[in-house]
Amino acid sequence: MTGFLGDKMAENQNITIQPVDFDKRYTTLNLGPTHPATHGIFQNVLTLDGEKVIEAEQTIGYIHRAFEKIAERRPYYQITPLTDRMNYCSSPINNIGWQMTVEKLLEVKTTKRIDYMRIIIMELARITDHLVCTSVIGVDSGAFTPFLWVMQEREKVYEIYEEICGARLTTNLGRIGGFERDFNSSVFKKIRDFLDRMPKLMKEFEKLFLRNRIFLDRTVNVGAISAERSLNYGFTGPNLRATGVDYDVRVASPYSSYDDFNFLVPVGTHGDTYDRFSVRIEEIHQSLNLIRNALDNLPAGKYHLDIPEFYLPPKEDVYSKMEALIWHFKIVMGEIEVPAGEVYHSVEGGNGELGFYLVSDGGRSPYRLHFRRPCFIYYQAYPELIKGGVLSDAILTLSSLNVIAGELDA
Amino acid sequence: MVNTEYTIVEPPDGYSAPGFFATSIDKVVGLARQNSIWPLPFATSCCGVEFMALMGATYDLARFGAERLSFSPRQADLLMVMGTIAKKMATIVLQVYIQMAEPRWVLAMGACASSGGIFDTYSVLQGIDRIVPVDVYVPGCPPRPEQVIQGFMKIQELVGNESIRRRYSPEYKKLLAQYGIV
Amino acid sequence: MENSLIIGKLTKRFRNDILFVDDSSDMLTVTVSHEVIHEVIRFLMDDETLNFNFLTTLCGIHYPENPLPLGVVYHMHNFFQNRRIRIKTFLPLENPSVKSITDLFQTANWMEREAYDFYGILFEGHPNLKRILNMENMDYFPMRKEYPLEDATRKDKDDRFFGR
Repeated sequence: MTGFLGDKMAENQNITIQPVDFDKRYTTLNLGPTHPATHGIFQNVLTLDGEKVIEAEQTIGYIHRAFEKIAERRPYYQITPLTDRMNYCSSPINNIGWQMTVEKLLEVKTTKRIDYMRIIIMELARITDHLVCTSVIGVDSGAFTPFLWVMQEREKVYEIYEEICGARLTTNLGRIGGFERDFNSSVFKKIRDFLDRMPKLMKEFEKLFLRNRIFLDRTVNVGAISAERSLNYGFTGPNLRATGVDYDVRVASPYSSYDDFNFLVPVGTHGDTYDRFSVRIEEIHQSLNLIRNALDNLPAGKYHLDIPEFYLPPKEDVYSKMEALIWHFKIVMGEIEVPAGEVYHSVEGGNGELGFYLVSDGGRSPYRLHFRRPCFIYYQAYPELIKGGVLSDAILTLSSLNVIAGELDA
Repeated sequence: MVNTEYTIVEPPDGYSAPGFFATSIDKVVGLARQNSIWPLPFATSCCGVEFMALMGATYDLARFGAERLSFSPRQADLLMVMGTIAKKMATIVLQVYIQMAEPRWVLAMGACASSGGIFDTYSVLQGIDRIVPVDVYVPGCPPRPEQVIQGFMKIQELVGNESIRRRYSPEYKKLLAQYGIV
Repeated sequence: MENSLIIGKLTKRFRNDILFVDDSSDMLTVTVSHEVIHEVIRFLMDDETLNFNFLTTLCGIHYPENPLPLGVVYHMHNFFQNRRIRIKTFLPLENPSVKSITDLFQTANWMEREAYDFYGILFEGHPNLKRILNMENMDYFPMRKEYPLEDATRKDKDDRFFGR
C-alpha cells in the first residue's frame, strides 16, 4: 500500500518543482486539483507573467469513474442511475435523455402527457443548473449573498423532486416508457408556488448583477470567444448561444413535444463571461414560461406506456398476476430481448447538447454506450479563453463555463 | 439591537463551589475544539453539490461552529472527503491529509468515499480508508444534509471526548504507521 | 438535402473507399476505409452543399470477432439544414492508426485522446496523443472487451454469491 502511493506521489501529479530563479520572466502556478477557487476537480498549470496568463496546461481525469465501461455490464434500466452522476446539477435531464434514447431504439412513441411531464421536470432541472452556475459566478466575483438566496430556492426544487421520485440530487427519475408514478396534488401545488416566487427572486437577483459596475468591469470582454472558434471547439448550449449562434437542440431537433411550445432562444453577441451569465438568466425566465405552459396544457392520460418488457409492473400486480410476475422477474434479471441497432439521441442539457450514442447487439446490456458530454468537449477551449487575461479573470471564466467535474471525466 | 437569544454549550463535568470551577484540561480543550471545528471541504463530485446545500441557508452547518471553511489543509481540523476518489486522485487525498496539523479527523461522506459505492471499476479507489484513517462514515448516494449533520455531530462527540495527548498514544502511532504516514 | 444526394456525392468522390452505406437506422451511416477518413471528413466539411460544419462526437468501439476489430465512429452535423451523418471506419488490432482530424476540428483533440486512452487507437498527426482520463502509468486500454470492469484489489466480493 505504501509503495503504491509514497514513491509515485510526485510522479503521478506531473508536477516538477522548479528552483527559484529571480531572472526568470515567467512563473508557474499549479491551480488545482483541489483549490478553493475552482469548483470541482480541475488542474491547470498556468504560466504567468506577473498576473497575466501566458499559457495553461490542463489535466483532467481526477474523478474518472468509467461510466461507459459500467454501462456495458448493466441492464438498460440500471443505467439511469449512472446518468444521474454525470451532470449532477441537472440529473433529471440526463435520466430522461437516456430513457428517450432507449425509447428511440425500441421505436415507441410516448404520449403527450408523458412528454409534458418530462418537459416540466427537465425545465426545473435546467433552472437549478443555471441557478448554481450564475450564483457561483457571483461568488467568484465577490458577491456571496445571492448564492445564499438562490440556494434556498433550489431547495424548493429539490422538494419537488422528492415529491416526484423520493430523491433530492441523484434522482433516478422516470422509467423507460414514462414515469414510475403520476404527479400528486402536492407536486402541482409546489410547482405553482415555485413559479409564483421565482420571478420575484430573479428580479432581485438580476438587480444585483446586470447593471452592477463592479460586475460589469469584471465580466464584460473577459474570456471572450468568437462564434467560429466556439463552433470549431464544439461548444453547445448557453456557452455557444452567448457567442451569437442560436443552436438549441430543443428547437433544432425537437424531442418530447418541445415543438408544441413557444419559447425564445436567447443569444449573446460577444461570447464573454457577461453574455454567458445573461443568456443563462434569460433561459431561466424562458424555462419558467415553459413550465407554466406545460402545466396549464397538461393533457389527461396515462403517465407511462404499456411496454411490459421495460416498464416494471405495479407491485400489487406482481403479487397477484402471473404475467406481471414474469415480466418483473425478467426485467430485474435483465433477460429482455432488445432490438439490435444503433441510435444517437441528444437532448439540451444544462450545458449543451447531451448526446447518447447507443449500440445494441440484442443483449441484456448495451454493446457500447458513448456519452457526448458537453463539458468534456468545451472545457478544452479554456486555455484559449484565458490567455492574455489576468489570473482572477481566469477563475471567473472557469465558473462561467459551468464545467461539471462528473460530466467532464465521465 | 443586541441579540440576546443565543445559546451556550453546557459546561463539562467538574467540581464547583462558590468562586471556582475545577475540571480536567482535556475536557475544556475538547469543549473548545468540538465547537469550533474548521472543516476542509474536499469536494469532488455529486456529494460536493449536497455540501453546497449543507452550507447554504436552509441547513446551515455554521450553527455547529463550522462557519469558517479552511481551504488550506494547514489550518484545518476535519477533512471532509465528499465524492468519488479516483485512483488518480488518491495521492492528493493522502498529501492533503499529511499536510494537516494534529489533531485531525476525517469524515467520509457518501458511498463512494466510504467504499467506492456503485463504482466498482478499475479507475475508482474502493473507499478512502485504503489510504487515510477515517473517523466517521456517512452512507448515502448522496446522503441528505441531515445525515451529514449527524455525521458531523458524531465527529464533535469524538473531538470532545478525546485525550489531548492522542497523537502520542501508541495505538494512534500504530494506526498511522499502518497507512505509511509518519 | 436528401440522403441520396449525400451518398451520391460521396460515392462519386471516393468510389471504392466507401465500403458500406446504411440508410435504415436513425441517421445515414457510412463506413469508409481508414486510409481516406481524413479526406472524407474534409470533403463533408468543405463541400458547399454538404457543409457538415460541426463535429458532434468521436468515439472508439471494439468488435473482437471482426477481422478489423477496432473502430472509430464520427458524428457530424450540418447546422444550416439540420442534417446529421455518422461515419465509421475500422482498423486492425496491430498498429491501429488513423489520420487525426485535429487540423479540421479543434474539438477532436480531446475526443481522440479519449479514444486513444480507452481503445489504444493511434491518431497520426495528433499534437499531444497521451492518456487523458486514466493514470499515465496504466499499461492497458480498459475499454477493450477483454479487460474486466471491476477493481482487481477488492477482496470482500465472493464470486459464488454473484453467480460468476
